[in-house]
Amino acid sequence: MNLEEFRFRFREHRGAFAATAMFVAIFALFIAKYQTGWTVPVITTAANKGVLLAIVAMAQTLPVLTAGIDLSVGMVFVLANCLASHLVVGTPAQAALGIVVVLAVGTLCGLINGLIIVYGRLQPIITTMATGTIYFGLALALRPVPGGGVQEDLADLLTGAQLGGIPSSLLVLMAIVVLVWMPYRRSTIGRGALAIGSAEGAAYMSGVPINRTKVVAYTLSGLLAALGGLFLTFITYSGEASMALGGTYTLNSIAAVVIGGTSLAGGAGSAIGSIFGAFVLRTIGDLLFVFDLDPLWQPLFQGVILLVAVSLGSLQLLKLRNRLDMFK
Amino acid sequence: MIPLFRIQGVSKRYSGVRALEDARLECGRGRIHAVLGENGAGKSTLIKVMSGVVIPDAGLIEIDGKPITLNGPASASRAGIVSVFQELSLMPDLSVADNIGITNPPRKFGLIDQRAQRRLAEQALAQVGCEDVHPLALVRDLPLSRRQMVEIAKAVARQPKIMILDEATSALTAADVQRVFTLLKRLRNDGLAIVYISHRMSEIEELADDCSVYRNGRHVSTFTAGTKTPDEIVEMMIGREVSHAYPPKPASRGAADGSGQKVDDGKPPTLDVKHLSWSGRLHDIDLSVRAGEIVGLGGLDGQGQREFFLALFGVLRGVSGQIQINGKTISVDSPKAAKQPDIGIALVPEDRKTDGLMLPMSVRDNLTFAALDHLSRAGVISFSDEMRATSEMVDRLKIKAPDVDEAVGTLSGGNQQKVVIAKWLLNAPRVILLNDPTRGIDVGTKQEIYLLLRKLADEGVAVLLYSTDYAELIGCCDRVAVFFDGRIVRWLQGDEMTEHALVASALNIDAPTRVGGETGLHL
Repeated sequence: MNLEEFRFRFREHRGAFAATAMFVAIFALFIAKYQTGWTVPVITTAANKGVLLAIVAMAQTLPVLTAGIDLSVGMVFVLANCLASHLVVGTPAQAALGIVVVLAVGTLCGLINGLIIVYGRLQPIITTMATGTIYFGLALALRPVPGGGVQEDLADLLTGAQLGGIPSSLLVLMAIVVLVWMPYRRSTIGRGALAIGSAEGAAYMSGVPINRTKVVAYTLSGLLAALGGLFLTFITYSGEASMALGGTYTLNSIAAVVIGGTSLAGGAGSAIGSIFGAFVLRTIGDLLFVFDLDPLWQPLFQGVILLVAVSLGSLQLLKLRNRLDMFK
Repeated sequence: MIPLFRIQGVSKRYSGVRALEDARLECGRGRIHAVLGENGAGKSTLIKVMSGVVIPDAGLIEIDGKPITLNGPASASRAGIVSVFQELSLMPDLSVADNIGITNPPRKFGLIDQRAQRRLAEQALAQVGCEDVHPLALVRDLPLSRRQMVEIAKAVARQPKIMILDEATSALTAADVQRVFTLLKRLRNDGLAIVYISHRMSEIEELADDCSVYRNGRHVSTFTAGTKTPDEIVEMMIGREVSHAYPPKPASRGAADGSGQKVDDGKPPTLDVKHLSWSGRLHDIDLSVRAGEIVGLGGLDGQGQREFFLALFGVLRGVSGQIQINGKTISVDSPKAAKQPDIGIALVPEDRKTDGLMLPMSVRDNLTFAALDHLSRAGVISFSDEMRATSEMVDRLKIKAPDVDEAVGTLSGGNQQKVVIAKWLLNAPRVILLNDPTRGIDVGTKQEIYLLLRKLADEGVAVLLYSTDYAELIGCCDRVAVFFDGRIVRWLQGDEMTEHALVASALNIDAPTRVGGETGLHL
């Protein structure tokens, strides 16, 4: 890759690069301050928490790229958690079957979102808010009180550390990137999603199948959210229908997407950026801890980081020559 | 011989209004067919039908003698029809290569083959002579003229059998226009059927094999290029029935020095614009309007008239030149500044539904929005003042509203437009800019608006009227500035204001040709 080519690639992914740089800076600060506590269990726990939000943030990225939004990701995440605490138990074969069912249910949730939004012509924000509430209701029916279990060998394998102290969760995340995000980004349907987010009219005029592309974006979002919920079960060994948890994950996923350089207006961004956006959000909490700051400060710092990220994205508004374009 | 592409008897109506009736067009292999017509002639509907965007109410579309149904751009694309539109169909956040490959990218193992796509993009860019555009550049970062070239490259890369170009050269430099022409001639030799729509007579003269003229949604004539003079073509393009009565104009006060200036009465003009330019879209515009005058902006749609109004109204950034109101130089950086009493500029925008009104809000709210400063004390709106102002305007403009608290969106188009105008009259403007105020309005209301404009002028307001209807300009205006390509190319006044002169100067056929520098005008 020559220099010019790199320049263009950088331009296209500068949001993701900025999020990565932000993460590296915050993480370096964290390591510098916290050398003593640098043990394999500590790293593993940190990685698990980061990966959990990263997966949900990836789920959120797909609808956002089409200029939509999915407020149900947190609820699908919780639903998958509750379902997994019933099904992913017993012999390895039974657990494997359970995983398939959990993922299928998440995919179905996403498909329902997509179909309602596309064929019901409803706004994504209100549609997914409503379906999210329904999905939470189902989760509550499955787990009126916290409990249940999970196939522990599998859980320990996926949430522990591998040879050399590398957290398994990071490997899982990488696998999701390689198996889900990269093929999607390289497929015509994924390209179509970016095209729709960038200029839906132009995409239509270019013959992009608008409806199918949108439905796939929401469906994949459901699948990824369910993957997140499954992973939560492996970490907690149980299921809990927590409204607060679902809500927090939904909102944090949107924050992670924005910090990761994906525009809420759609068209530009990537799930890789969202992963680092999630890591940034998670590391802030840990950073406040090692600096002995009151955890009460955490929302404030998260808010500031979010504002900075959003401001970077809107700098180009200053270049507009026709002020009417600001409102379009 | 069966033509490659044929349209027969195609009709389309929009809510009862005829856009196209019994349209026909044939284009054979290796032919370039130019479609001509003035504003509202039905050209754009015709193109939308051909590219599958609009589904006609009736008619037949044939390729190679076989009838086909086009129910979307994708199906047109499959049939080998590719269009290059004036409004760009590019995705700004995607790279040039992604844009070029969007419809049907080269694939390997089901996924997009980036390398092959890049080669495809490079080839397509080379074909249009645009090697300077990097395939990995984001379209967002390209200047408008390059984007239009990418748009053409995108069309070529789809290897169409039939290519439709709608004003595809409007933003291009002369050198790029020449490149596009070379390309189109080569594609013609390769056997493509090309439908070419342009406002530039010189381009049509250089390219076209056949010409079709449309008027009022109907096909008028088809002839071989070179068999008609520009004058004959202009005659075919006009000839709309003129059925409106216009209010009498005051006795001609115009000076005969050709500049279109009125006789100097010692006072400075109400609005005086000098050397106004903006962003490569408006060039060195000089224009003045005296109190009591109605000055028209003519020309084909999209020649900078809208931008000129926006520049005066403070919407555009980076406008150069001088604007004077009553001899005092002003600077306007927002509509809020434009409406201040010492400036007093009002704009009736082109799209009343999005830029003129808040449709779900009441007639009263909409009427008083621009004048709330006068109607409130300490930031609290005085209900009685507001009601008084509202009923005054409803009476004055004869706005037919069952109830002023009803949503303005429930009124007829004509009454909505009256509300937009009344909103500004409450501010007692010195200068009122109207962007095609009678578009889509019934005849009766049109008449009332003409009367109102003349009355405002008589009361001392300077009126600037842009209209796509030439008859309206002739009927209403004291003089007309014809826009072409962001410049005023001609001033017309008095007896010079004929439909023929307006159309001819709108097409800029008096000016030297842009391409090749030849001025021979026989089509």
